[in-house]
Amino acid sequence: MHASTKKTYLAGLLSGLALIVLGFALPDWLLFTVTKAFGYGLVSLGIITLMRGGLVSFGQGLVYCIGAYASGLLAVHAGVTEAPLLLLIGMAASTVVGLIAGPLIARYRGIFFAMLTVALSMVLYGLLVKMNSIGGSDGFTLPEPTFFGWQPTVETSDLALYVLAAIVVAVAATACRLYYDSMAGMLALAVRENELRVEYLGSSVFNVTVRNFTIAAALAGLGGTLNGMALGHIDPLFSFWTTSGEFVFIAVLAGHLSVSAVFVSSLILELVRSFSNRYFPETWQLVLGSFLIAVIIFLPGGIGSLWERIKGGRKPTGQKAAERAAEEGRAAP
Amino acid sequence: MLDVITILVDGVVYASYLFMVALGLTLIFGVLRILNIAHGSLYAFGAYAAATFTTFVPALGLPPEFSLIAMFLAALAVAIVLAPILERGLLRLFYGRDEVLILLITYAVFLVLEDVSKLIWGVQPYYVFEPRNLFGNVEIGELFYVGYDLMLIALAAVAGLAVWLGLNKTKVGKIVLAVIHNPDVSACMGVRVNWVYLLAFFVGVFLAALAGAFTSPLISVQPGISIPIIIASFAVVIIGGLGSIPGAAIGALIVGIARATAIYEFPAAEVFIIYFVMAIVLVFRPEGLFQRTQARKI
Amino acid sequence: MSTPSNAPTILEAKDLQKRFGAVVAAQDINIAVGLGDKLSLIGANGAGKTTFMNIVTGYLKPDSGSILLEGDDVTKLNPRQITQRGVCRSFQIPQLYEPMTALENIMVAFGASGRRFSMLRPADDAETVDQAHAMLKRFALDDYADRKVSELPGGVRKLLDIAMALVRRPKVLLLDEPTSGVSVDEKFPLMETVMEALSTEEVTVIFVEHDMDIVTRYSDRVLAFYQGQVIADDDPDEVLSDPAVQKYVTGSAKGGAAKEEAEA
Repeated sequence: MHASTKKTYLAGLLSGLALIVLGFALPDWLLFTVTKAFGYGLVSLGIITLMRGGLVSFGQGLVYCIGAYASGLLAVHAGVTEAPLLLLIGMAASTVVGLIAGPLIARYRGIFFAMLTVALSMVLYGLLVKMNSIGGSDGFTLPEPTFFGWQPTVETSDLALYVLAAIVVAVAATACRLYYDSMAGMLALAVRENELRVEYLGSSVFNVTVRNFTIAAALAGLGGTLNGMALGHIDPLFSFWTTSGEFVFIAVLAGHLSVSAVFVSSLILELVRSFSNRYFPETWQLVLGSFLIAVIIFLPGGIGSLWERIKGGRKPTGQKAAERAAEEGRAAP
Repeated sequence: MLDVITILVDGVVYASYLFMVALGLTLIFGVLRILNIAHGSLYAFGAYAAATFTTFVPALGLPPEFSLIAMFLAALAVAIVLAPILERGLLRLFYGRDEVLILLITYAVFLVLEDVSKLIWGVQPYYVFEPRNLFGNVEIGELFYVGYDLMLIALAAVAGLAVWLGLNKTKVGKIVLAVIHNPDVSACMGVRVNWVYLLAFFVGVFLAALAGAFTSPLISVQPGISIPIIIASFAVVIIGGLGSIPGAAIGALIVGIARATAIYEFPAAEVFIIYFVMAIVLVFRPEGLFQRTQARKI
Repeated sequence: MSTPSNAPTILEAKDLQKRFGAVVAAQDINIAVGLGDKLSLIGANGAGKTTFMNIVTGYLKPDSGSILLEGDDVTKLNPRQITQRGVCRSFQIPQLYEPMTALENIMVAFGASGRRFSMLRPADDAETVDQAHAMLKRFALDDYADRKVSELPGGVRKLLDIAMALVRRPKVLLLDEPTSGVSVDEKFPLMETVMEALSTEEVTVIFVEHDMDIVTRYSDRVLAFYQGQVIADDDPDEVLSDPAVQKYVTGSAKGGAAKEEAEA
């Protein structure tokens, strides 16, 4: 196996284990917050994947919501309570939607792509709000999930879900890192930089976009199912454009260079949200908005770029350039 | 038959203030290439400012007709205060950069303005109902409609005409058009492009605030009124075409009447219908019905 | 249609017609290009060279007529499909991936030419990296391997642009004004490097050029364009001494068409 691939698998395994061990030390309220952060992070990882191809989706709420509703409805109406199974179902449902919507919108760029994703997510919102058979604007609550047949107690339910989430995140993060480091991932970056040249080198920009969009959909489905289970409740707001905006915020804060930065950013968002809701409920959005502006102005590459500056570059081929750049005080390529 | 007239009147009234907001949005996009997500927040600020300014009318012992002047001044105040801060203070830092980046900035501005309005005016609703009686009732068919609402239609028409005339028939307008087509060449010709940007942004903000100010008697002014306006105005400019004034008018009418039809005939489809139409237009004719901007496709 | 060099015909343009409104961009274009030909296209701006090149690469569709590649009709194909069939091009303004290094740019070119499952391999796979270095060495660019493309000088960027087009080992290579934007003393070294790099394989080269010295030195056949038509098709010496070419293209000897029109 390739050296950098081995490194990535190892990193994924170790992070997963570290997170699980950490879980046993955290208080319940923090477990809940971190689990939600994991869910949000997964969706934002999808947005990063799209951003690496030059596109920003302001409507990931669409697939996030589909994942949540698909798994949630099966839990409520078909009695499926197995959390791992629900995650797979949620992911599958979103992936299917991604495969359908992807080719339709993959030809658009820039703000038109962004607007189209918003429109689609709001169409879903509008539909769900009026479908009273599945809860309408109130949504519905979920039964307690089980884990390979075991039903956790009230004390252990948060930990159980957290552990499952940590495993999912470790796997997803590893998979994404492998994809980004692959030739396919490099091609996606090329699409971001110069679409024309990619076509004239014989590769299809459309295919790259559909691929990225589908991956993002799968991740969002996972995130939606996870958050549904964490909150115990699902409603149409999962698809509202302001929810999608939060995913974008995390992605901008993280930057597209580092996978771990995404989860750090989503954790920051969740912590700030909890903190603000408790002490400054009326200024939560002010904090978020100002933070976003500050990040865009002062750290346009996101937290990930800070990481890279410290480490001196990830890719071996870019290492010399990155080290030279680090010496000269510039951001790594 | 009665239903049709009611739907039409309601739809056109809604379309009127939606048009004013969309006009500002499309003007800002046309000149500065900025899709301002926060535009609906400016509408909200106009409404709140009107709520405050109209309290001065009885306080100063002025007759109720002066509320109209108060509302106009409220919109002006919002534009005078916010336009320079937002455009010169913030947006200008991002000119020439990725258009989606500016989209993120305007999204952040929306978040900030939402809470700023709560800080200034609190979370309780305000009612500006007195001006609503100023124009009595008008009989159309067999039903009575509030004269004030119909006045909004006239206001929107005047606003649209003023902007169109301003752009096409005045010297300043011609300069703005030149900047729209080619800011670099205009700058070489001696045009103070920065002033043009500020002017366009100011007019855009003023239009949104004006819509908010004059619509305040029809709604309860409270946190969150910006959001449906943001949603609807975006649908309008996408349908009508970014940067097009007639497009904004037609788009507003389509959205307004579709929404009114949905409310009366198919209440389940209200939010859905606007976005559905917008999605259809984006898929089949992304430039909108009145082509101005080329949609970026591969 | 036989080619002047009697090599097997690899590319054929048949009865190409293209108008843009009132402007005739291509009229009765009939060309046969043989494998291994070094063909240059000359003509004033707007004469139809770029239109011809865009039709061949699939960016434009002709009003009528066809392009045949090894006998297959490729007229309706898009640029990506034509590239995949072995017709690659470089650009007048180099189209590169600015934040990436020179090496990474070549690696992307390799990646784009790879089979579907090879795309899952890590990008920094030793084989890909070696192949990329080898390509850079062919163009004497290996010293720039780890430099960011946005920082590279103009001549280097042009060479890199051409190198990327060569990665697919195309049968036909189109170079769009390879020496434009390059200083006078760099033009010949650049073309020498390019031709040297191409010498290891049998490639048909078609290049658009304005510099007649380059044309004479590096092509064995010249097509002169004027108002959408080919007015001369022969070896360089014959074409450049053709009075019509001198009048409408090179503007040498008798003062050229512009001077005549001004005097009229």
